[in-house]
Amino acid sequence: MEKSNQVEKFVEVQIKRQEKEGAPIYWETFQIKWRPNLNVIALLQDLQSSPVTAEGKTTTPPAWEAACLEEVCGTCSMIINGKPRQACSALVDKLEQPIRLEPFSKFPIVRDLMTDRSRMFEHLKQVKAWIDIDGTHELGSGPRYSQTLALSRYKMSECMTCGCCLEACPQYGPQSPFVGPQAINQLRLFNSHPSGSMNSEERLDRVMGVGGITDCGDAQNCVKVCPKNIPLTESIADVSGQTTRYAFKKLFS
Amino acid sequence: MAKAHRLIVVGGGLAGLMTTIRACESGMDVDLFSVVPVKRSHSVCAQGGINGAVNTKGEGDSPLEHFDDTVYGGDFLANQPPVKKMCEMAPGIINLMDRLGVPFSRTPEGLLDFRRFGGTKHHRTAFAGASTGQQLLYALDEQVRRYEVQGKVRKFETWEYLGFVQDADGNCRGIVATNIVTMEIQVFRGSAVALGTGGPGMVFGKSTNSLINTGAAAALTYLQGVKYANPEFIQVHPTAIPGEDKLRLMSESARGEGARVWVPRDGKPWYFLEEMYPAYGNLVPRDIATRAIHKVVYDMGLGVNGQSVVYLDLSHIPAATLRMKLGAILDIYEKFTGDDPTQVPMKVFPAVHYSMGGLWVDYDQMTSVPGLFAVGEVDYSIHGANRLGANSLLSCIYAGMIAGPAMVKWSKGLKNHEEDLSSTSFDDALKLHEQRASFIQKMNGPENPFQLLKELGEWMNRNVTVVRYNSRLQETDDKILEIQERWYRIGIQDRGTWANQSVHFVRQLYSMIHLARPITLGALKRNESRGAHYKPDFPERDDVQFMKTTIATYQSPKNTNLSSPFGVATDQGAPQFSYDPIDVSLIKPRPRKYDTDKASGGASSQK
Repeated sequence: MEKSNQVEKFVEVQIKRQEKEGAPIYWETFQIKWRPNLNVIALLQDLQSSPVTAEGKTTTPPAWEAACLEEVCGTCSMIINGKPRQACSALVDKLEQPIRLEPFSKFPIVRDLMTDRSRMFEHLKQVKAWIDIDGTHELGSGPRYSQTLALSRYKMSECMTCGCCLEACPQYGPQSPFVGPQAINQLRLFNSHPSGSMNSEERLDRVMGVGGITDCGDAQNCVKVCPKNIPLTESIADVSGQTTRYAFKKLFS
Repeated sequence: MAKAHRLIVVGGGLAGLMTTIRACESGMDVDLFSVVPVKRSHSVCAQGGINGAVNTKGEGDSPLEHFDDTVYGGDFLANQPPVKKMCEMAPGIINLMDRLGVPFSRTPEGLLDFRRFGGTKHHRTAFAGASTGQQLLYALDEQVRRYEVQGKVRKFETWEYLGFVQDADGNCRGIVATNIVTMEIQVFRGSAVALGTGGPGMVFGKSTNSLINTGAAAALTYLQGVKYANPEFIQVHPTAIPGEDKLRLMSESARGEGARVWVPRDGKPWYFLEEMYPAYGNLVPRDIATRAIHKVVYDMGLGVNGQSVVYLDLSHIPAATLRMKLGAILDIYEKFTGDDPTQVPMKVFPAVHYSMGGLWVDYDQMTSVPGLFAVGEVDYSIHGANRLGANSLLSCIYAGMIAGPAMVKWSKGLKNHEEDLSSTSFDDALKLHEQRASFIQKMNGPENPFQLLKELGEWMNRNVTVVRYNSRLQETDDKILEIQERWYRIGIQDRGTWANQSVHFVRQLYSMIHLARPITLGALKRNESRGAHYKPDFPERDDVQFMKTTIATYQSPKNTNLSSPFGVATDQGAPQFSYDPIDVSLIKPRPRKYDTDKASGGASSQK
């Protein structure tokens, strides 16, 4: 067989380590046996089972988060070779080596590659990202709307709150009140629903002050890193238009 | 005025969230626990859609037809009354989800569109692209967030369930849980508890399940003596993408939209499902398709290029149609394999997918412990011996719709408030789990816990899935007992007391090993073939002996105490088995065949 004659290949991975917020930061390098179809998760699983550095030193297994491994849950966000993305869909053979893994920098560190991104869910509260239904009892069918609208809403609704757009956004960060692209896109999603639109102005009120839509600096980084290709800049422009019209309406009523 | 009760819901997937919403609507407050932020629960992985006989396609579909398909597809192992109720509520549930803003696909008139799925002849499956589970979960997540803002829901995310606590009367009145970051262990009181903690796919090592689907919560509950039903019924999905870290699902909706399964034979494509099952073709139920693929690959040696894969082919359908209806799953295939499925056939193979079995519940979703409820995949009640595609999202939401109000009603009948209970049983539970945590923290033996799970998974996958032989099931149980002993000799590298993932994993592994036994022994004891459970030595369904619910009840060893909080390696207790009759009063059992059309009528003619 051809394969057995080949020299064993290894993948070099460098991981930024930190035991908890405030603890010293250090890097560790690992050599992991190459196999076909490896992704970054498979590398981290190897280290979980056998946490030995390239120098042969046994260390603690790096901490990381993951769940679905199909890029629909948004859990395994990290910075891979400088880019915020999901570890599950980062295929080793498509990455430059050494592969550098770092935690997100815009959120509190938990440990190693784990960060606390719960602030993103607070942003969803801020923009009232839901439909104010009367109740779950039977009320017949929902409003009719076109397949064109359904497709555009579906695209916006694929947002898995992974945080890549926020990590890439120069305006977003722990010191900044900016709600960021993900929440603005959600606002547009609910304002575009026939019954959701009945509360449009309440949602717009939530992004017309400090930390709102005007904090966007138009860097357009968000849309470049979104793993789901959600048209985030389009959503920002759309909501910006909505706020302008609403501001005029308030002015003249 | 009497103090208001609080409910506890563990698990933030579709079932747990709907339970929470319904409880809030009935005026109660809820403490919601989840090991991950609820929006990241495994429900997101459901792709194809949700069933309900809304009948907008002029096909004469009805809830009774849906009921008959479900019971027939489940090979007559489910108690029929709750299945009927679920199918009757299904159109209302789909309308509700539409009102919540789920971006379901529409028809030219702006109505909900429906597609076909396995085990039915009707267009009955509503869908939002090909990530319907994700979209349904988000809609419920949003409503729960609305209640959170109103102060009716308190979320405890990154908290893992360790067990339930009973009062002096035996009623479930709280839980023990641990924060997976801070590692603190706490008890929480409530008037009733619901578990919506999902399936046990990780017991099989690699599966289509998320990494969080360990089955640990169900196992811990079973280990406290709660009845576990039909453990041996494990669904193996026919089409998953083989992978190093996981076996990614390739939704049945691909076949619903026209994908064909084939292997090359004599230089030509052989569409074996269409040939073997002319009436249903590629849309036979999952157990049937899975066994056919096994036969073609293993018995006939016809896997593609000699590998254990078959083709799932969409390339004859226009790419634009595929992108619109199946975009999300095509992206998954392309992202993880590099091939474009609109151009070349996909390579797929069966993978463990779903547990029909789970905690036993009554028709109000209450387990065998009063005040402890179970909802969703973790309960056993709806799918019998095989689940039909697109019925899982429905059964999760249905269970929540039932459990929420049932828990409220139960709470109102309690004679005391949870805050006034004696603290003894809560203190004992807390002490036990603190002892357990410190036991694991100190483990320094030679065994590697991750290797142990790998070994367990390989044995379970090889012997307790598609084709089952009694000799191999017995050998597997012997192996599980060996792995159970070896668990005590685990060593861990990490002695930290902050976000120590090794400690959590070793604790989950203990539970997973225990859950592997009822799955394996349940299969060993059921000498027949029914739905997903297939024994070549007993190829026929045996309604006389086995049209019964398997009940596994854990008999604990006598020597558990605080000084050895996990008991001793050599005496681990064992499941005891009993068999309950099934209510088949609504549809008379008949043989299940998919090579010809289903005998007409079913439910509608037998009321």
